[in-house]
Amino acid sequence: MRINCPNCGDRDVREFHYRGSAKLLNRPAPDAGEAAFVDYVYLRENPAGLNRELWFHEMGCRSWIVAQRNMSTHEFAGTELARNAKRGAK
Amino acid sequence: MRYSALQVLRNGLTGNKSWKPVWRNPTPKSHYDVVIIGGGGHGLATAYYLAKKHGITNVAVLEKGWLGGGNVGRNTTIVRSNYMLEGNMKFYSHSLRLWENLEQELNYNVMLSQRGLVVLGHSDGQVEALARRGTVSVMEGDDGVLWSREECRARMPYLNHDDARFPVYGALMHQRGGTARHDAVVWGFARAADMRGVDLIQNCEVQGLRIENGKMVGVETSRGYIGAGKVGMTVAGRSGQVAEMAGLRLPIESQVLQAFVTEGLKPILPTVIAFGMGHFYISQSDKGGLVFGGDLDGYNSYAQRGNIPMMEHIAEAGMALMPMIGKAKMLRSWGGINDMTMDGSPIIDKSPVENFFVNCGWCYGGFKAVPGSGDCFAHLMATGNPHPAANRLLLNRFETGRLLDETGNGASPNLH
Repeated sequence: MRINCPNCGDRDVREFHYRGSAKLLNRPAPDAGEAAFVDYVYLRENPAGLNRELWFHEMGCRSWIVAQRNMSTHEFAGTELARNAKRGAK
Repeated sequence: MRYSALQVLRNGLTGNKSWKPVWRNPTPKSHYDVVIIGGGGHGLATAYYLAKKHGITNVAVLEKGWLGGGNVGRNTTIVRSNYMLEGNMKFYSHSLRLWENLEQELNYNVMLSQRGLVVLGHSDGQVEALARRGTVSVMEGDDGVLWSREECRARMPYLNHDDARFPVYGALMHQRGGTARHDAVVWGFARAADMRGVDLIQNCEVQGLRIENGKMVGVETSRGYIGAGKVGMTVAGRSGQVAEMAGLRLPIESQVLQAFVTEGLKPILPTVIAFGMGHFYISQSDKGGLVFGGDLDGYNSYAQRGNIPMMEHIAEAGMALMPMIGKAKMLRSWGGINDMTMDGSPIIDKSPVENFFVNCGWCYGGFKAVPGSGDCFAHLMATGNPHPAANRLLLNRFETGRLLDETGNGASPNLH
């Protein structure tokens, strides 16, 4: 599996650390209430198709990357730097 | 038909011509008291205990492929009870006790082999932690014996005891741990459930759940609509997708775990060995193949296959611990989809939808849980109350904070 890092180009998956759903970019407001935080920390869509997820290019440019990857085929549909990713996107 | 030694002898002498199929292949009825989604180990065990212990026999088990074609056929067949947290300990302890009487219970040889499971320690601190783990297990009614450095050398001469990074300092022997024949567990439960009147319906995929006024009333399948008094879900690996049909989201991510087997060899490995520091565990099957595995690949996946980096890592860890296996040829590898929960422990509970029950989140530990999970899930579905051995495996623990996080890794499913 290779991941197209927006800074470094196509790199081996060994260089990356996986952090899970890109939902984590959308932390609720501090006063959003308990239910919102339970949802944020624990509940996941877990789709069998495209998943929006966070990868950290640990052994490269050390940028956080948002990737769209198909969980059934491992095929990447696109990557972008997390700092450019639109907050609030699903 | 009850199996006995006499029958085996008689059939053997008469050309094995009178054996009959051990379960029926029924057409689904229009309504059942209980419908179980998923004909793997957990689903079949649930159906069996519903019929056996609670007298509920108007039950169907729906399986989209063939019985036992999912994770129960894609694991490393290890059976153990060496957990540390109260809620997990009593559950796995209960499950192991059911394993120990399973062959008599089912009248089927599941080839349970309590050959012992050895967990290695590589520093003074780690050996002390193993001593604590063993003591906790003994207090729970399970077992654990600490092996010294010298005992490890004497009993496991084939290990690399003097590795510079991870020398073997001691080990914890869990004597009642071991392995079982995974397919036989499926067939045994299927046969026993069928004999008690349960309909096992294969090639029947659940495509939707019919909910009326917050109440589950039936399932839409590839073989038509089937009404149900209660519906239970035992589809670990795919739980997220079935739960989604009920409008639920779970604290679960699906991840892939690989396992490997070598060609058949003469008996060389009498126990199961777990090498935690290198993330490697190994046992030898009755057929002679070395069966081994390691960590999750580490990212979400529904593909039943893993990737090269983890395969290399596991092979390296194996070679570091047990250099002799380098000459064995790796024959096959496979991957199973794991329901990885946010705290690494399973869920057996009611759901917010009335009459819909969830059994999921088995992470990579579902096989050893098969009898315990079936018993506890059947108890919950029949009585409406959690079984005492499973009363901490609740869905709402992620809200209440009563998590069961054995590794202390927090809400990172790939680290449990």
